[in-house]
Amino acid sequence: MKKIINKTDDIIEEMLRGLVASYPHLVHRVEDSRVVAKNQEKKQVALVSGGGSGHEPSHAGFVGDGMLSAAVAGDVFTSPTPDQIQIAMKEADQGEGVLLIVKNYTGDNLNFEMAQEMAEMEDIHSEIVVVDDDIAVEDSEFTAGKRGVAGTVLVHKILGDAARAGASLDELKKRGDDVVKKIKTIGLALRAATVPEVGKPGFELAEDEIEYGVGIHGEAGYRREKIQPSKELAKELTTKILADYEEQPKKVGVLVNGMGGTPLMEQFIFMNDVLNLLKEQNIAVTFHKVGNYMTSLDMEGVSLTLIDLADETLKEALESEVTTISW
Amino acid sequence: MQLTVKEVQNWFEKFTDKIKENKGYLSDLDTPIGDGDHGNNMARGVAAYEASFEQKQPETISETFQVFSMAMISKVGGASGPLYGSALMNMVKETKGIDTIDAYEQLGEIVAQGLAGIKKRGKTEFEDKTMVDVWEPVTQALKAGSLDKDQIEKAKEHTKGLIAKKGRASYLGERSKGHIDPGAASSALFFDALVEVIQ
Repeated sequence: MKKIINKTDDIIEEMLRGLVASYPHLVHRVEDSRVVAKNQEKKQVALVSGGGSGHEPSHAGFVGDGMLSAAVAGDVFTSPTPDQIQIAMKEADQGEGVLLIVKNYTGDNLNFEMAQEMAEMEDIHSEIVVVDDDIAVEDSEFTAGKRGVAGTVLVHKILGDAARAGASLDELKKRGDDVVKKIKTIGLALRAATVPEVGKPGFELAEDEIEYGVGIHGEAGYRREKIQPSKELAKELTTKILADYEEQPKKVGVLVNGMGGTPLMEQFIFMNDVLNLLKEQNIAVTFHKVGNYMTSLDMEGVSLTLIDLADETLKEALESEVTTISW
Repeated sequence: MQLTVKEVQNWFEKFTDKIKENKGYLSDLDTPIGDGDHGNNMARGVAAYEASFEQKQPETISETFQVFSMAMISKVGGASGPLYGSALMNMVKETKGIDTIDAYEQLGEIVAQGLAGIKKRGKTEFEDKTMVDVWEPVTQALKAGSLDKDQIEKAKEHTKGLIAKKGRASYLGERSKGHIDPGAASSALFFDALVEVIQ
């Protein structure tokens, strides 16, 4: 394992220090915590998100005007703990309540629910929006539901815009649940991530193999096969996502997300292929985004997210100006 | 049998040692079906328990459970933190005002409350391939009047043949078979430590 780190125990602390010191005009650190919060507050419902570290720029990269009020960093690929989430909720709350945006993983759900119960005792009202955009996993009685992955970033943006415009906690909860249903994602990996504390890749893939449907912590996907040209990879993911919509959308937004170890060059090539495929199907793309947003440490691979943009207000929300580190 | 606050603290001390010794083993179990960090996460929790214990030694059984519970909730993260934390928190309530645990049956009732906490928090049932698969048979054994390491080992091994229905392992479906559940394995250490204290 080769990584630019010091002691593995200090990774999160040192990352947060570096991040906050680099963008002091946008964010600050809540003392003795793993919470990064935005500097200027105006009266609105607070949006708090977070999750394991290793997904940078998620989640602190999206703290700022028009997106998140605060983000909580857990250990690498491990949900933050309830006391830390509670600190973020207290820091962000301005009396209008707190909306928690949580990716659908068992650990995240449990910790955010516990935090919610603890905050309730201090009269902080909150709601949870659970994002489960990963269609690689079927939602059946044998799984803990679908996973929450890169589509979460779009939820941050859309709800951030609504919160800034003065939506109430109930309205945001409703809008969030509604938006999540319109977002679908699948990922693919060329090489697994190496968690620093573990020191070796989370799974083995042969030099010429890829895996479709991996999660953002390297959870297994649905199929392994020999690497193919980008066109074929794009076809597999696009077809699968479109098939998952009850009715094929006419207008979509596209997010091609790098997993951390894949150059932008390859991400743009992949985006080009996706856009061509959508054009063939007469689907209009009215919003585009390419880059590393929900990474998986140094995993090589990409994920594709589509969002149904039949509702014009969603496109407007995605395009509104924000002041964050990474949007 | 009789457990005073001294034995309960001895129980957690032994558990702490076992987690430290088995940190690599637990993370290795977690690698094929999770993300390989259960050992590290649990180690952070027991280290936090040790630190608060050194700062101020709890004086009652209930208080000891409380310190342990808070350490797990605030330091472990993932699913294991709130699950162990919820179990222990229920055991805090069940032991309020008690100086000693005098019978297997009583201990069984306390552990049963812990199990109820895990099931409620995790919305988990027996044979979902989770820590419940160890806690449930242990509860029954205690209530029936005995507990030994073979029973614990058997419960842990039983998770190997199950398909995971909860947590990250559930995404593997059939492929989760053939692997011991890491939470069941750390729970086995928890009750192994208890057996050593009872004997």
